[in-house]
Order: sequence, then C-alpha cells, then structure tokens
Amino acid sequence: MGGIARYIVQRLLFTIPMLLILLTVVFLILRVMPGDPVAAMLGGRNVSQQLMDEYRHKMGVDKPIPAQYVEYLKNIVSGDFGDSFRTSKPVVTEIFTRFPATLELAFFGMLFAFIFGFWTGILAAIRADTPIDHSIRVFHIGSFAMPLFWFGLMLQVIFAVKLHWFPVASRLGGRVAFSFQSVTGFYLIDAFLSKDPKIIVDVIKHLVLPSVTLGFAQAGLLGRMTRASMLEVLDADYITTARAKGVRERVVILSHALRNALIPIVTVFGLQFAILMGGAVLTETVFSWPGIASFLVRSIEARDWPAIQGTIVFIAIFISAINLIVDILYSVIDPRVRY
Amino acid sequence: MTESIPHQFLFARLLDWLVLRFTRGRHALRHQTILKVGLAIVFIFMLVTILAQYSWFTPYDPVKYRDAPRLQGPSVHHWMGTDQLKRDVFSRVLAGGKASIIVAFGAVALSMTIGSLLGWISGYFGGILDRALSLTMDAIYSFPSMILAITLVAMFGAGIGPMIWAVGFVYIPTYFRVTRAEALQVRETTYVEAVRAIGAGNLRIIVRHVAPNTVNAIMAVSSFNLADAILTVAALSFLGFGLPPPAPDWGFDIQNGQKFLQSGSWWLITFPGLMIIALSLGFGLIGEGISDLVNPKRKRKRV
Repeated sequence: MGGIARYIVQRLLFTIPMLLILLTVVFLILRVMPGDPVAAMLGGRNVSQQLMDEYRHKMGVDKPIPAQYVEYLKNIVSGDFGDSFRTSKPVVTEIFTRFPATLELAFFGMLFAFIFGFWTGILAAIRADTPIDHSIRVFHIGSFAMPLFWFGLMLQVIFAVKLHWFPVASRLGGRVAFSFQSVTGFYLIDAFLSKDPKIIVDVIKHLVLPSVTLGFAQAGLLGRMTRASMLEVLDADYITTARAKGVRERVVILSHALRNALIPIVTVFGLQFAILMGGAVLTETVFSWPGIASFLVRSIEARDWPAIQGTIVFIAIFISAINLIVDILYSVIDPRVRY
Repeated sequence: MTESIPHQFLFARLLDWLVLRFTRGRHALRHQTILKVGLAIVFIFMLVTILAQYSWFTPYDPVKYRDAPRLQGPSVHHWMGTDQLKRDVFSRVLAGGKASIIVAFGAVALSMTIGSLLGWISGYFGGILDRALSLTMDAIYSFPSMILAITLVAMFGAGIGPMIWAVGFVYIPTYFRVTRAEALQVRETTYVEAVRAIGAGNLRIIVRHVAPNTVNAIMAVSSFNLADAILTVAALSFLGFGLPPPAPDWGFDIQNGQKFLQSGSWWLITFPGLMIIALSLGFGLIGEGISDLVNPKRKRKRV
C-alpha cells in the first residue's frame, strides 16, 4: 500500500500548482481584463469620482496589481472572501448555506445520467447497426444538441403545469415547509431524519424534474462514450474467449465487457462534473433552486463583486478537489496504472 | 465526382470542392449524407435569419407589429401564436437567430485563431513555455465553461461584441489541445527533420508543415464547437446577458416565455427552443460528417 500512499501524496502536490494557476486565471479575469469592477458594480450609475475612489479603496482595487494578487491569495488561504454587498453577510456563509442544494442536485443529476447513459449505451453497443442502435444514437446526439434550460422548461410545462405530477419549482412544497427542519442542508437526508413520509415524498418530488434536466445532456454524452467504448471492448480477444468458454452472454456483457469499458469513461468524470456545474447554473435558474450557481447569477445581476469572486474561487477549488479524487480513484479501478 | 452533382446546385459544388480540397480527394461528398443534411440545415437557417432582418420577409414585423390578440395560441393567422405584447411569435422566431449565429461564428473564429497559434508554438517548441501554457490551458479547460462565459460577459457587459469575446475565450483551450497534440507529432516526423536539415527556419516549418497538418483536426473540432456555441449563446441570452429587449432573440424570448409558463402559454418557449435545437444539431451533424471524412478509421467496426 506504500505505493498508493506515495501516489496520493504526489498527486496532492501536483494539485497545488494546478490550483494556483486556476486561481491566478480567475484573478486575471476579474482584475486585469478590461472592465472596472467598481464601474461594473455601480452599473453605469452616475456617481462622483470621490465615491468611486472610496469604493476602490474599500475593495482594495486601488493598490498595484501584485499587491492585490498577494492579498487575494492571502484571503483565500484564510477563507475570507469579504461580505456580500447584497446581503451584508460573509460570502463564505452564503456559499456554504447554498452549496448542499447544488451538491444534492448534482448528485441526482449524475445518478440519472449514469443509469440512463450506461443503459442506452450498452444497449446500442450490443445491438450495433440495428434500428435500436440507430435510434439510440440519434437520441444521444439530440440530447446534447438540446438547450438544457429549454428542456427543463418543457418538463415543467408537461409534467408540472399540464399533468400536475411534479411541482413546478423550488426544493420544498409550502404545505410541508413549516414542519421541516433543515439540519444538513441536504433536504433528502433531512427529510429522512424527520421520518415524516409526507416530507420525504415532497422532497423527492421536487428533486425529480431538476435532476432529469441536469442529467439529460450528460446521459447523452455518457451513452455515446459507453457505446463507443463497449464496441471497442467487445472486439477484444478475452470477450471471444469468454464466449467460447460458454459464459452466459449477460455475464460477458456486464462483468467482462462493461468493467473494462468503464475505464476510459471514469477518466473524463472530472470534466463531466465541470460541465454539470455549468448546467447547474441553468437548472437552478429554471427551477428556482437555491444553490450556489443561481446565487452566482443573481450576484452578477446585482453586481455584488465579493460574492462573484468568492463563488468563482470556491468553484475552482471544488473542481480541483474533484479532479484529484477522480485521479486517485482511477488508479484504484485500473490496476495497470502504476504508482 | 463533381460531375454527379447537377450544375445548377452551385452551393453543393462549392461544398464538394471544399471537401475534396480538405480530404485530398479520397472521399466523395455524395456518400456523406450526414454532412449534407447538416450543411443544408445550417445554410437554410443562415439564409432565413438574414432575410428575416428585412420586414418584407417575415409575415409580420417582429418588433413593431402589435395588432393581434394577446397571448393567443397557434392559429391560422399566427402559426406560432402571439406573445404578451401582441407580437407574432413566428416572425420573431424567424428573425431570432441573428445574435446566436454572429456570436457563434465570431467566437469560434476568435478561439480558433488564438488557440491554434498558441498550440502550434507550444507543441513545436516544447520546453518550459509548453509546460506553462499547457498547465494554464488545462486549468481553464477544467473550469465550467458556462460559468466562465457568464462571468466574462458580466465583466465585458451585455451585447454581441462582449459575447463574442466571452464565448471565444472559453473555447481557446479546445483548439490549443488539438493543435498542440498534432504539432507534437509532426515535429518528430522525418520530413520535418529533412526540411530543417535543408535550413528551413522555425517560422517556415510551422507555417508550411505544422499548421497544414492540424487543419483536419481543427475543422472537425470547430463544427462541434459551433454546435456548442449556439447553445452557450442561447443560455447567455436566456440568463439576460444577450441582446437588449425588443430585439427578437431565441434565448431571450424563452426567458420571456417562462413568465407565462404557469398560465400554460407553451408556444412562447417551444418554438424558439426547437430552432436552437435544429441549428445546433445542424452544426453537430457537420461535425460528425467531417470526422468520418478526415478519420475513416472511426467508421463502425462490425461486431
């Protein structure tokens, strides 16, 4: 196990320069690119030069760029992103109260994408070149040519407005809200903690449409990759051997082929997660989901500078962490990867 | 191969020439149904969008016409219904692709230029510059592109110009990765070694040998990229960072339609969305077709 431990430490050390670069890119975008944060914040309102300077001083953007950069990194390390202009609360608090909502949504979106993507991808691969394969391929391509926000709205129209199967938006219905106590911020966990079946059903019902919306495009992408990867694996000699030995087809597909087909798919999981976070911006906006992605959009609309910067830095750190975990997992799944 | 296409289809002939040009004549366009369907969709959409900017083309004026019933469903007079300001949705849908198309092409051209240049240089020269550039590009690439685009638009301000910069910036790493990988391979080939031995300079090798070898990859990537850009622009407009109001725009019209969704006005969001899908699908199909052309090995194996 010494090998794995060393690998993890190595990978951790590699994450640091990567994260530093990511944070520097964020800094450059927010501070150095054309566009004055103070002017952006005031949104073209006519204010005196004196007030502008006051704001500049308050935000620390009147200092030279290198000094700003040092301060920026210092604040990140100490976890201080300042106070939100809009809510006057510390940005860190704002982020952490909203983050569980985003994570919950992302988790179920990913779950849907995996189940649906794998299933259609495997089906297309084992029925290659049949009408089933063709229709699944068209469906895959169609699913990521579809604007995510539009898909969400269509689900709302059909399943919420017309059929009344699911609620239109938000995380919780008004009828159960008064008896609901949020402990963890993850409403599904909270609902199970409350042991009230009405709350559990309500929370699940609120989760369905946003998760499907967020996971749908990912499902298409995953399905396409699963299909391609499966086709490649199914051609391998060990599959022929397994079949020749008389292993049942079901076992050949699920345990011999799929396991190996999954390896290249796991490598892009980090990237998939990044796309998912981008999709969360739209999903949360469409479904009034109180997560960090919709918080970012509202902060941008309100030109709430500390909130914008804090959220973006937080997302950057989070993405780096996910990539680190994926890389470590990858080495565990595929023993051919040497430590 | 060109003879098989009737002469009156000037556009098809032009495409045929382009495809032959970029595939060194090994494949005929006539076998590429996917590519042709994609090109047809994109061509029709661009034509309609350009024509719809003139009010004689659309059935009603997309902005000024306000003489219909309010929020009425599709009917004989208004095929796609009317919105809350009594405007004809069909006319707005026809004209609403302007920002999407301009920004998508502008952004892809921008990122293609910058990304490829950096990729060639980075891949060809290697060393510390390559390492620094690669790390930076990987960092940008790992960040959610939608969030990056929104932030950049927020910095630059709304409108077509800022959107081109924002969306273009996001795609730079895509081209960088593709061209760098190709440049790395080309650098090691014997013919590059040979021209270097003759005394060709770095600039000449990059322009004459490295760059042309990356064109195929860039072509395929840029089509998929255009498909993605259409969706990104639609999303930016949907979030309110696109064209300012009365202008017809698919993304913005969907955002507007969202307000009337609870009352069941499905036609306000359905039709602009279908247009976005069709156009994005068109670019996606072109990408598929080009990938098959430039990389015949990718064609399906028998299982």
